[in-house]
Amino acid sequence: MSAVALNELDLGPRQDRARFEWGSVLFLGPALALMAVLFLGPIVYSVYLAFTNLQLAGPNAIHYGFTGLTNVRRLAHDTEFTGATKLTIYFLVGSAIAGQTVLGMILALLMRRVLAPLRIVVGAVIVLAWVLPEVTAAFVWYAFSQPGGTLSNVLGRPDTNYLNDVPMLMVCIANAWRNVAFSMLMFSAALRNLPTEVVEAAEMEGAGVLRRLFYVVVPMMRGTIFTNLLLVTLGNLSTFTLIWVMTQGGPGSATSILPVYMYLVAFSFNDLGYGSMIGLALIALGALFSISYVYSLRTRLR
Amino acid sequence: MSESALRAPALEELDLRSEDLVTVRYPRASVHGIAANLVLGLFGALFATPLLWMLLSSIDAHANWSVKLPTLTLSNYAAVLHAAQLRPLLNSLYLAGVATTVTTATAVLSAYVLSRRYVPLRRTYLIFILFASGLPVTMAIVPTYQLFIDFGWLDSLFWTSIFLAASSLPFAIWLMKNFIDDVPEELEESASIEGAGTMRILLRIVVPLTIPGIGVTAIVTFINAWGAFLVPLVLNSNPSDTPASVSAYNFLSAFTTPKFGQLGAFSLLFSAPVLALYLLMARRLTGAFNFGGSLRG
Repeated sequence: MSAVALNELDLGPRQDRARFEWGSVLFLGPALALMAVLFLGPIVYSVYLAFTNLQLAGPNAIHYGFTGLTNVRRLAHDTEFTGATKLTIYFLVGSAIAGQTVLGMILALLMRRVLAPLRIVVGAVIVLAWVLPEVTAAFVWYAFSQPGGTLSNVLGRPDTNYLNDVPMLMVCIANAWRNVAFSMLMFSAALRNLPTEVVEAAEMEGAGVLRRLFYVVVPMMRGTIFTNLLLVTLGNLSTFTLIWVMTQGGPGSATSILPVYMYLVAFSFNDLGYGSMIGLALIALGALFSISYVYSLRTRLR
Repeated sequence: MSESALRAPALEELDLRSEDLVTVRYPRASVHGIAANLVLGLFGALFATPLLWMLLSSIDAHANWSVKLPTLTLSNYAAVLHAAQLRPLLNSLYLAGVATTVTTATAVLSAYVLSRRYVPLRRTYLIFILFASGLPVTMAIVPTYQLFIDFGWLDSLFWTSIFLAASSLPFAIWLMKNFIDDVPEELEESASIEGAGTMRILLRIVVPLTIPGIGVTAIVTFINAWGAFLVPLVLNSNPSDTPASVSAYNFLSAFTTPKFGQLGAFSLLFSAPVLALYLLMARRLTGAFNFGGSLRG
């Protein structure tokens, strides 16, 4: 009897217990081994290294040891760390919330109202910015903000270095420029799936554009907006390349958000143990957001 | 997931259809409609300007930091395509090639079993994989560095690419499992009755049917590994092994007066493979997987 015929008989769920085949180990093994050593390995290792005085060079590079809560206490009293945390929050507000989520929503809404050729061209440019390697995005924005660059010429102040004057603003704009396509595409898909009757009913009742947006569209899209915020925040929390290439965390420490500060502590100030502690803090924060992400998608797991 | 945490779960979320950006709706000519067109046009111009610099400076004999009309030349490309600059591009190709091969092959094996076979703790493992795909794992770069010292893997291009492979694996497995889930099981059942082993069924039936999905997985992994910067910067300080992302950065900081045109040309050459692969993915997969319909229109 063929498989199809069996299905048509509808015998209900199988009555025997599903059996584990040992052959499956060979299929799952390679990926498991890779992730255990090089994905979980570093994370578990960081839980140990974060509590040591390991250094990049010098006597503590080889003979390092457990130092208890020294690094935790140092973290609590480190004004540079507090500063970096504040900058990370500014970066999240400027890039993740204003630059990506809000602008992404505005772009997605505009895309529905404009003529097709404009939609295709502008959509392609925005997605292009998203697909480019991060280093390239950093280059074009570095060029854009330099004295004698496009921005200073357009604003008629050819000697201004915008990476010196408003560094945080520039890296927020550059990061939003690079990543807004993701939010825009996600919101476009959600907008398309909205029931039109509800929006039309609100329109018939005389609700204006803004009223419809804030009282009808946004509430119906809150799930998408939440997931988008989680993913965008996870992305921003690990932004290193863009900022490092544009400003190296400077001038001074004006753009040293946590990942940049972690890199500086570990590889410029030689303090691998303390750098691991900062990394651990970032991973813990990321894990929190990632757990929320899994939770928000739980219905899709089968 | 590799360096940009955003890309990995991203594809999962993008349920795009080409109608989004293609269907010609004729909006009523209203004040709102005109204003929307103007505002979006302005956004488009603002988005395009930084990109325009890369293109124009690369063909300009007198390039500077600003967007301007170029004095046409190909000398920038000639200078950049010199042997010394080609090496980093080959290193990037090796790095991304090894990472892509390892990730895709191991992800297909895992995804098949997770999709079709009974495995204890399967759901827990899947939840872990989804969780891991959102984790900014490059933030563990400091302990990874120490791990590489302990194992004697530091400054090895091969082990750097294996690390990149491992960090893209969670998302690749998740993506592949979704593609395999969409393939009907009947064909495999009859092959199994005929006595074909699991590996044979996978290679002869499942792989040919999921070529588009395997392509997407491979391309996403390749794009991530090709653009990786922090990982090779930390794990690989051997100058002859520097990939293009890091060498481009060194190139920017090496001169007090930057070679603007060459910088533009190198950025463009470095970005070209990524753009080509993305277009390939968008072009091939509009039916099976609607990601990227936006770019093609």
